[in-house]
Amino acid sequence: MSQPIVPQKTYLIVFLCLIGLTILTTGVAFIDLGPLNTVVALAIAFSKMLLVILFFMGVRHSSGLIRIILVAGFFWLALLIAFTMSDYRTRSWTPAPDSWSSTAPPTHP
Amino acid sequence: MSTATLEPRVHAPRNYLNADYGWKSWLFTLDHKRIALLYMVSVTFFFIIGGSFAVLMRIHLVEPQGALVQPETYNKLFTLHGVVMIFFFLIPSIPAVLGNFLVPLMVGARDLAFPKLNLLSWYIYIVGGLFTLYSAIAGGVDTGWTFYTPYSSTYSNTQVTAVAIGVFITGFSSILTGLNFIVTIHKMRAPGLTWFRMPLFLWAMYATSIIMVLGTPVLAITIFLLALEHLFHVGIFSPALGGDPLLFQHLFWFYSHPAVYIMILPAMGVVSEIFACFARKRIFGYKIVAFSSVAIAVLGFLVWGHHMFVTGQSVYAGLIFSLLSFLVAIPSAIKVFNWTATLYKGSISYEAPMLYAMGFIGLFTMGGLTGLFLASLATDVHLNGTYFIVAHFHYIMVGGAVMGYLGGIHFWWPKISGRKYPNMWAGIAAVIIFIGFNLTFFPQFILGYLGMPRRYAFYPAEFQVLNVMSSAGATVLGVGYLIPLIYLIWSMRYGPIAEPNPWGATGLEWKTASPPPTENFAEIPVVREEAYAYAPEEAAGD
Amino acid sequence: MTDAEAHAQLAGLAHQFEDLEQQQEADALGIWLFLVTEIMFFGGLFAAYAIYRWLYFPAFQGGSHILDIRLGAANTIVLLGSSLTMALSVRSAQTGNRRALVGFLIATMILGGIFLGVKAYEYNQKFVEHVVPSLDWAPEGQALKDLAPGGLEHAQIYFFFYFAMTGLHAIHMIIGMGLLLWLVLRARKNNFTPHYFAPVEVVGLYWHFVDIVWIFLFPLLYLIGGRY
Repeated sequence: MSQPIVPQKTYLIVFLCLIGLTILTTGVAFIDLGPLNTVVALAIAFSKMLLVILFFMGVRHSSGLIRIILVAGFFWLALLIAFTMSDYRTRSWTPAPDSWSSTAPPTHP
Repeated sequence: MSTATLEPRVHAPRNYLNADYGWKSWLFTLDHKRIALLYMVSVTFFFIIGGSFAVLMRIHLVEPQGALVQPETYNKLFTLHGVVMIFFFLIPSIPAVLGNFLVPLMVGARDLAFPKLNLLSWYIYIVGGLFTLYSAIAGGVDTGWTFYTPYSSTYSNTQVTAVAIGVFITGFSSILTGLNFIVTIHKMRAPGLTWFRMPLFLWAMYATSIIMVLGTPVLAITIFLLALEHLFHVGIFSPALGGDPLLFQHLFWFYSHPAVYIMILPAMGVVSEIFACFARKRIFGYKIVAFSSVAIAVLGFLVWGHHMFVTGQSVYAGLIFSLLSFLVAIPSAIKVFNWTATLYKGSISYEAPMLYAMGFIGLFTMGGLTGLFLASLATDVHLNGTYFIVAHFHYIMVGGAVMGYLGGIHFWWPKISGRKYPNMWAGIAAVIIFIGFNLTFFPQFILGYLGMPRRYAFYPAEFQVLNVMSSAGATVLGVGYLIPLIYLIWSMRYGPIAEPNPWGATGLEWKTASPPPTENFAEIPVVREEAYAYAPEEAAGD
Repeated sequence: MTDAEAHAQLAGLAHQFEDLEQQQEADALGIWLFLVTEIMFFGGLFAAYAIYRWLYFPAFQGGSHILDIRLGAANTIVLLGSSLTMALSVRSAQTGNRRALVGFLIATMILGGIFLGVKAYEYNQKFVEHVVPSLDWAPEGQALKDLAPGGLEHAQIYFFFYFAMTGLHAIHMIIGMGLLLWLVLRARKNNFTPHYFAPVEVVGLYWHFVDIVWIFLFPLLYLIGGRY
């Protein structure tokens, strides 16, 4: 783990960016963007995560192996969510016979 | 630490078994080889427990109305048989026993990367096992090892929480073992041991470890949620409160399907080692077999929905899962072809390890092919919930994984114990096991095809003949399992002393004494040859 | 390298490794793999959350409104601050500055403690408002007005996730506090040198991971649907 020593100023700047993004995401919550609220909130969270990973956790200087492992972890989680979601989202595609009601949930924004 | 200056044969040379005495030297050991033996004793214990439940079930099923127990008890028997066999025997067996023993030796290291984590793994396994044993003694669990909700979370009044805690805890044993193996294989290979010079057993351990690390945590959180719902009746899996039971199934099978690859990949690794040695030939298509192992690990994560074709999953999701399930069969089939091609023009001998490995090929192939009937949506509608499934997974898990485990134990026994076992009895046992196994489970394919449901304590009278056949087979199988237990223990005291490389096999583990010294090697070896460098004339026809 | 440095280096080398570099690489790989398992562990919860949020969005929206957004935002900043001090403590270990190392570790603990304290207060508020699933579920007044449109039943599911996700997160934080204390005690005994400070780095990575989980929990629990 012999990584280069990062200057304190860098950490401070990253911290201030993180604060800024937190204030931003809180502020955006008070504006009605419809479905975009979720998208923006997740995008900001994602950016904050990247800042922490790259700078606080030192992945900026990490070996390729560690980066692959990290990407793999998130990719696997994405697989879990995507495949499971695909079941719920497509249940309503199959029309149910007249004799019983569909168990599919109503569509949402 | 002093190494091998051979003393005169008044005492055995210093090795990991006699390096220290007393229960503390075993229970507080950091030596991966001793930890492997701790696991070996524990998994054998749980195999006997799980096997006993199976014996009771097969006795009960001799009569159509049930011969032995109440239906409620029968439900508890098959549940605990599944839980104990899967979580406490199959999943740890090869990785925690053979993997722990061999991975450092095969990479040419002195121990795993994290010896203390290794010991912690075993203790975690034991604590989890104790919770599960408690749940069995305190009344049992009747939900099936799959713990489907809302029965397990809301309606069952059996020891669901206790067994959930047991499985939850044991999962971490698996995770830590996998983590240890991945780091060891990446970072501790001896000089000259490139990835493609590694024995295929290491590739198998690596692929298995990927599954353990990525999949088991999801089981942990699922079981945690199940326990919360059972205790607090909150209803995230219960329809009455707006939850969806299928969500539990998604989360459960996301781990539990890859779990079956945790059980089979190590056995495949063992088979590669045995085939190469007993055909005196390099494994045909080494790189393809290595990549197939990783492919199985990855693809295995994408097929879990095939357990849910008939439980209410969207048919479109079902289509995707069905297609992917067919795809995952391909790397397994590739391996079977490669093993078979290894035998071609090989110089084959039929010692016990080879008998187990050959049995594996046939039985695993049958189990795998029958899986395709289940992966196909239309046929699965008829076969799901029947004995066809029971036969399918037993062919893979017993005919495959258990035979692989036994083959591996027999192959590496001289290395582990420093003794040899009687070949004749070993061969007899292998044949008895093969016959008993087929007699037990082949009738179950027919029963399932005819429609006998699984997890039922009684059945229509016309199925009795096949059930009796199956129970008879189980008796033969039980006898077959007892025989190695006897002669292996016998050999530890009375077996002929083994030389460092009794089979003439390649691999770094055979280049050190049998049993190895605690530090594994006097000097870390340098690897200069490819894997399976059997003599050139024996390697003809590659 | 001086004799003292060489000795310190060897003192930290475990017998299964050939040299410190191999050990450090193995340690790094080990902790990152562990964090991947944590991604999947929390990930299962996030997956379940995602499904139910999609199924019962109005209920999730209503539940989110009951949470105190100012406390959530403030706590987020506190936790981010603790990540800063954690990074600075690792840096202090790197530069061999023992006093700064101990100081920053203690600062991290203090900030972590503030976070947990605020969380405890928030949990207590949930009992006051009677919105604890199964244990104390009887929403009234403003809470009832917020939750009724989405369905009270489904609102229980939202609060289940609130408690399960923040609870699991809090458990991880408590474990982290224990680890930090262990580090402080070792650091005060001069256990760490610029050549050997792996435990500090490992705990640091764990702490940052727990922070990242909160970075997602905050918008996913507190900011659903907005407050307009």
